[in-house]
Amino acid sequence: MANIRTITFDGLIVGGGGSGLRSALELSQSGYKTAVISKVFPTRSHTVSAQGGITCAIASNDPDDDWRWHMYDTVKGSDYIGDQDAIEYMCSEGPQAVFELEHMGLPFSRNPDGRIYQRPFGGQSRDYGKGGQASRTCAAADRTGHALLHTLYQANLKNNTVFFNEWYAVDMVKNQDGVIAGVIAICMETGEVVYVKSKATVIATGGAGRIYASTTNALINTGDGIGMALRAGFPMQDMEMWQFHPTGIHLAGVLVTEGSRGEGGYLINKDGERFMERYAPNAKDLAGRDVVARSMVLEILDGRGCGPDADHVLLKLDHLGEKVLNEKLPGILELSRTFAHVDPVHAPIPVVPTCHYMMGGIPTNIHGQALSMDAEGNDNVIEGLFAVGEAACVSVHGANRLGGNSLLDLVVFGRAAGIQIEKMLSQGLEQREASESDIEGAMARLDRLNNSTSGEKTADLRKELQNIMQNHFGVFRKGDFMQEGIEKLADLRERINNVHLEDKSNTFNTARVEALELKNLFEVAESTAISAEGRNESRGAHAREDFTTRDDENWLCHSMYFPESKTLGKRDVNFKPKTVPTFEPMERKY
Amino acid sequence: MQVSIYRYNPETDLKPSMQDFQVEIPNDKDIMILDVLALVKEQDDSVAYRRSCREGVCGSDGINMNGINGLACITPISAVTKKDKLILRPLPGLPIVRDLVVDMTAFYKQYERIKPYLQNDEATPAIERLQSPEDRAKLDGLYECILCACCSTNCPSFWWNPEKFVGPAGLLQAYRFLADSRDTHTEERLADLEDPFSVFRCRGIMNCVAVCPKGLNPTKAIGHIRSMLMERGA
Ligand SMILES: Cc1cc2nc3c(=O)[nH]c(=O)nc-3n(C[C@H](O)[C@H](O)[C@H](O)COP(=O)(O)OP(=O)(O)OC[C@H]3O[C@@H](n4cnc5c(N)ncnc54)[C@H](O)[C@@H]3O)c2cc1C
Ligand code: SF4
Ligand code: SF4
Repeated sequence: MANIRTITFDGLIVGGGGSGLRSALELSQSGYKTAVISKVFPTRSHTVSAQGGITCAIASNDPDDDWRWHMYDTVKGSDYIGDQDAIEYMCSEGPQAVFELEHMGLPFSRNPDGRIYQRPFGGQSRDYGKGGQASRTCAAADRTGHALLHTLYQANLKNNTVFFNEWYAVDMVKNQDGVIAGVIAICMETGEVVYVKSKATVIATGGAGRIYASTTNALINTGDGIGMALRAGFPMQDMEMWQFHPTGIHLAGVLVTEGSRGEGGYLINKDGERFMERYAPNAKDLAGRDVVARSMVLEILDGRGCGPDADHVLLKLDHLGEKVLNEKLPGILELSRTFAHVDPVHAPIPVVPTCHYMMGGIPTNIHGQALSMDAEGNDNVIEGLFAVGEAACVSVHGANRLGGNSLLDLVVFGRAAGIQIEKMLSQGLEQREASESDIEGAMARLDRLNNSTSGEKTADLRKELQNIMQNHFGVFRKGDFMQEGIEKLADLRERINNVHLEDKSNTFNTARVEALELKNLFEVAESTAISAEGRNESRGAHAREDFTTRDDENWLCHSMYFPESKTLGKRDVNFKPKTVPTFEPMERKY
Repeated sequence: MQVSIYRYNPETDLKPSMQDFQVEIPNDKDIMILDVLALVKEQDDSVAYRRSCREGVCGSDGINMNGINGLACITPISAVTKKDKLILRPLPGLPIVRDLVVDMTAFYKQYERIKPYLQNDEATPAIERLQSPEDRAKLDGLYECILCACCSTNCPSFWWNPEKFVGPAGLLQAYRFLADSRDTHTEERLADLEDPFSVFRCRGIMNCVAVCPKGLNPTKAIGHIRSMLMERGA
């Protein structure tokens, strides 16, 4: 049955967001035959929504700024389970990666001296936490992701990267030696199923915020790459770590950038009190995101929430004045007027913590090579497979990501993976073959869906899944309640496997895509649930009511979720940066 | 509410038709047209349309709503409906792939044609290239384009000459690079545009400006390009 068309490349990137496009650019610049598959036209990827900026010590606002200070903040922000070798690499390579973006044409906002404008963001400090708030986030107004994504797409056009836009990758092709030899993909316009074969496959499929009912994420953020990797039997790292962003617009879920607090905005409760002064006396509204989000939930639980249902707080911006708002936060004015029916020039925006970012993902080394683990707990490189961006866990964000660090992660490690593949190709990396039955294996899921004759609807099952995750695995978590959630998920698994695809047509069949996405959402949700239930401590974004403190003795480590046994293991955190002394774990105060 | 949707699947339909759906709007709230489409899709999941960010920044869901081009995700029902009737059609002037999904190839081709990337032959500095805030401000109103095609598919000149007239979206980007103090290829860019069609097919009727969901003004940018071309010719 596997008599499908095969197309072959040196490097295949699944995902046309910031990370995928940066990898692709590196490879196509060096002349290798490079393809990008994306389920949407690249500039419609979620990176386009990033607002506030890209954090990096380019020292334009502060000539003394130092990438080591940025590293310190990032390690602390991660609640000490970010890998220090990876964070060191990101923070030190960062300036180069940002200057490259500028050279490609990214329209950064500017300082009077012509250098790139930088704004303050949460969790940023000068001099290893001793010198007060830093301004380290490079911005193009509040449309940095848009500017970055369009610039990278343009650079790829210039370098003749081959694009397969509106192609949906279904599953990886794994051969008998456990090597990844490409993916099976559907051309959405025609419905044709194709084997895209490649010497190196990069998963750059982004986040999966759609496992929650309320999220800042795009509708397409369904964790497809994570689903594919789990089905191929590979482990996931730190999947319990989900960032809830403090300022999602109440009811709509649409994000208001942390940059709005960076520019001087602050949160108030129903009494008009600036409550963050109580929870984080120094950093206040610019404490780590996990800290701010939890404080907001506590305010609401204590009855100081706003609105008729007392279920949100307010973000005050009007004191900044219309001029600053127009110049620095024009996108926020637009979004707030459209989705909150509030004009921030005159009134505060109703906000609530909203699922925003997946810190966990496919474990990789700093070259983007995907890792599995052997029985003795040693890392094993998965041949042929790479992962970058939000889908990957390298891990620079640990238990809590700092604002502006994702865009940096995308370009630094997107580039690093490209460089690594380029190196391997130049040393003669060969195409590994897949047999007929390997390809059929990758087609099994699609075949089952195409042959479905009964079962429930995608939309109903998706809602049920999202509600379970929202209720049982939110900002605060508790053992017995999570176990209940896990049981509900177990019940959902078979029903989702049996989802009914009524429309079997080939031309731009979005129902088929949504059904395939639903299965990926499920895999992400289940690995999240089991990892969250297993980590018996509170750290970063993972806050447990039954284990309220950080437990460094048992949990100063990554969690590793193994899909075949559905069990949780541990992996060491790297505490060995190459050029600076280790940042030792300390109590995290803001 | 009654929602009438343009349906066409080339596999099964000889010709396009309009299909009516009865949609229950929860609490009669003034939801976005994209939310209405999601409710339709819950009834009949064969209805095809594009969407991604659902907040007006990705440009996926440009469609024609009661005769007006716009983004479904940031257009509330009240902005386009009269008498409780909603008619949804694909963006006009482009071939239909299926239902509300149009084939954007011609649109993207014109974008690629204007070389939408910075070109600068000078040596690359060790840090960023400097640009004054004033020079940077010249890019405002240009770089924000989300390639939604609402403008070009509302432009009669583009309908008649999609191969030869760059169209408002492409020209807005052409000007974005002409206006960038860091780009050194002004001369080549203008030379590429001086034929009678690429720019000069614009009739200045501002259909594009009227529908741009990001409030951008392609006509003004086209005006600037025209003056640059005239100056160059003189
Ligand atoms: C509203 C918002 C604002 C943010 N603001 C900031 C900010 O200011 N600073 C910051 O650092 N971070 C920010 N973030 C986080 C950051 O934007 C994301 O983490 C980042 O853009 C993810 O990039 P990516 O390349 O990993 O994936 P994405 O940009 O999500 O791209 C994923 C790509 O994979 C493709 N894809 C997925 N599945 C498939 C499949 N099955 N087949 C084919 N293709 C597939 C998609 O088409 C897409 O091209 C923000 C996030 C949100 C939600
Ligand atoms: S002003 Fe020019 S580009 Fe705009 S709609 Fe009219 S003819 Fe088309
Ligand atoms: S100019 Fe406006 S309408 Fe035209 S493609 Fe860009 S954003 Fe869309």
